[in-house]
Amino acid sequence: MINPVSFIPGAVQQSIPLLYGCTGEILTEKSGNLNMGIPGIMYVGSISGVIGAYFYERATGGAVNPFLGVLIPLVSSLFGSLLMGLLYCFLTVTLRANQNVTGLALTTFGVGLGNFFGGSLIRLAGKGGETFISIKATSNLFKATLPFAPKLGWFGTVFLSYGFLAYLAVAVAIVLSFVLRKTRVGLHLRAVGENPATADAVGINVGLYKYVATCVGSMIAGLGGLYYIMDYISGSWSNDAFGDRGWLAVALVIFVLWRPNMGIIGAILFGALYNLPIFVTGLSLAQKKIFAVIPYVVTILVLIIASIRNNREKQPPASLGLSYFREER
Amino acid sequence: MSEENKRQDDLPEETAPEKNAAPEAGRHAEKHHVPLIHIAKRETLPWQKAWGIRAAAILLSLVFMAVVSIVLTKENPFRLYGYIFQASFKSGSRFFRLLYETAILLAIALALLPAFRMRFWNIGAEGQVLAGAFASVLCMLFIGDKIPSFLLILVMLAAGVAAGALWALIPAVFKAKWGTNETLFTLMMNYVIICIIDASIQALFPKGTGTMGIVNGSSHAGWLPKIGNNYLLSILIIAVVTALMYAYMRYSKHGYEIQVVGESRNTARYIGINVGKVILRTMALSGAICGLTGFLLTSGYNHSVSTNTVGGRGFTAIMVCWLAKFNPVFMILTSLLICFLQRGASEIASRCQINASYGDVLTGMVLFFIIGCEFFIQYEIHFRKKERETAHD
Repeated sequence: MINPVSFIPGAVQQSIPLLYGCTGEILTEKSGNLNMGIPGIMYVGSISGVIGAYFYERATGGAVNPFLGVLIPLVSSLFGSLLMGLLYCFLTVTLRANQNVTGLALTTFGVGLGNFFGGSLIRLAGKGGETFISIKATSNLFKATLPFAPKLGWFGTVFLSYGFLAYLAVAVAIVLSFVLRKTRVGLHLRAVGENPATADAVGINVGLYKYVATCVGSMIAGLGGLYYIMDYISGSWSNDAFGDRGWLAVALVIFVLWRPNMGIIGAILFGALYNLPIFVTGLSLAQKKIFAVIPYVVTILVLIIASIRNNREKQPPASLGLSYFREER
Repeated sequence: MSEENKRQDDLPEETAPEKNAAPEAGRHAEKHHVPLIHIAKRETLPWQKAWGIRAAAILLSLVFMAVVSIVLTKENPFRLYGYIFQASFKSGSRFFRLLYETAILLAIALALLPAFRMRFWNIGAEGQVLAGAFASVLCMLFIGDKIPSFLLILVMLAAGVAAGALWALIPAVFKAKWGTNETLFTLMMNYVIICIIDASIQALFPKGTGTMGIVNGSSHAGWLPKIGNNYLLSILIIAVVTALMYAYMRYSKHGYEIQVVGESRNTARYIGINVGKVILRTMALSGAICGLTGFLLTSGYNHSVSTNTVGGRGFTAIMVCWLAKFNPVFMILTSLLICFLQRGASEIASRCQINASYGDVLTGMVLFFIIGCEFFIQYEIHFRKKERETAHD
């Protein structure tokens, strides 16, 4: 039998990168931009944080200030993903390039960039002797939990055993859900994603909304990469370790039908599915590997059912994937 | 990247030109609003000019590529360009390897062509090729020693083509019937087949290291015969496919129907085209060519399959197809260019002892330039002139 007290924290930790990616992609897609570059952006968010942390630790020689130790990786990660988001926006919104092509190129580029710097950061920094990037000190700051959490038994383990980025992920998802449904900005954003021509006609700045939504979405997604490297695997980079989590995050967006608050539950479910093979005993390795297919199959089923039921509330934004040109209405 | 960023900084001028953009112009009698930059769709540009712009973008990207490489490796730029050329032209086998990589990429791009012309965003080529490769390998494994090799090759071909077509038809059926979003569906299908292959290899070779190894290494059953070298036969087959695809899109009734459906579903319906049928037929064809490519990869070269057999070519092919504006002849050039650059970049990486992912970084940067330059082909930019000549009324 699976022990929930050890299973649930594992699933939650596994789910946080997916949740960040999903929240960021929902925000992006609500503006009508289908950003297939999310996997690349998450890699860049991850490696930018690593670069920030690495140079900060080298500069201080191990004596890290808790405040700066968190702030520097966080800011450099956000900055890296912001640049990726700007690049995507510049090509698709300003230059009206095809979103699928741009996004896929961004993924090739971003994954390449992550692996490139991950593999040659030490060489480029010109430091001999070290063989792998070590950012343990800053990583420990990201992993820090409330001091009284272990004293609370199972409650502490299930609810309070995570680093601050995990709680931030949930908070961001809830805030986004509120903004999309209850505020004027959210209404305008949805209008831009559904029908940019109409939005333009009532005076909404379509380009600006697309830019801001996509860039903020990229930054949120990049935090998923940062959480993964700083908290989940404790600051030791290895190439391609992040794997297909970026695409799982894109799948999750469909699975939760573009609702960020449902994203929290969906992400934990995906995280549980991801970890399930480790906890189920008596399976061969092949049987365990086939478990990995479940999230994708479930996503496909959701996509199909949503299209068959044709419920207007549960569709992708109507202009998803199309660029907008005012003179072409 | 810095090039793009610099241009992004100019952006506020482009996106928000309406407000106080023309204080001077405002002084005239009728308050005409003349934006600083006005973007308009071009009439069709003569093809020489369009390709001139593309060539300029490629040249610019090569310069940019060299600048980044010099900063990172501190090598002499001419040496770096030398490495790029050596990667493809140093020896006969390297040259054939370049042609082979080009042909495979081209084949996948050709498979995507009819689907994209129909505005069906098939981004599942990676999975469809893998499905074809996997089906071919299964034939090799299970009936490899039971039938003569030429018959086996035919069976593998049929199995590969069928598997590729099946993998493409699944999303197509739902698209035709219920309009299910095909971009996301085909994307998910990639990962479904990757997981299936991963698990199957583990099930078939439980003791190994999780890889398949060369199949029929001693008997060579199901291996495509060599003509000169491993590459030539595959290249020739793909050349024939290219010619056929060109004719199919250009001269056949099917090709015409695909275009009409792509331009406007309603028009297609109005003139009596069965849209659902065209979608299914075209996607079956698209998947079948992907399956054929998978067969060529396994039977002609790899003699094995892994989740990495296609190695992202399914995604690169999307860009090849789009960059060539869906023209098979230009697709040859585009895939040649991309393969040439990729091989050059990995040569730089290995010669200068930097991480092999450098190739992906450079390829990505070149792609951004080419993607971006399409804007200047499709649109023209009018800057505000001193006098109010540009004001349109």
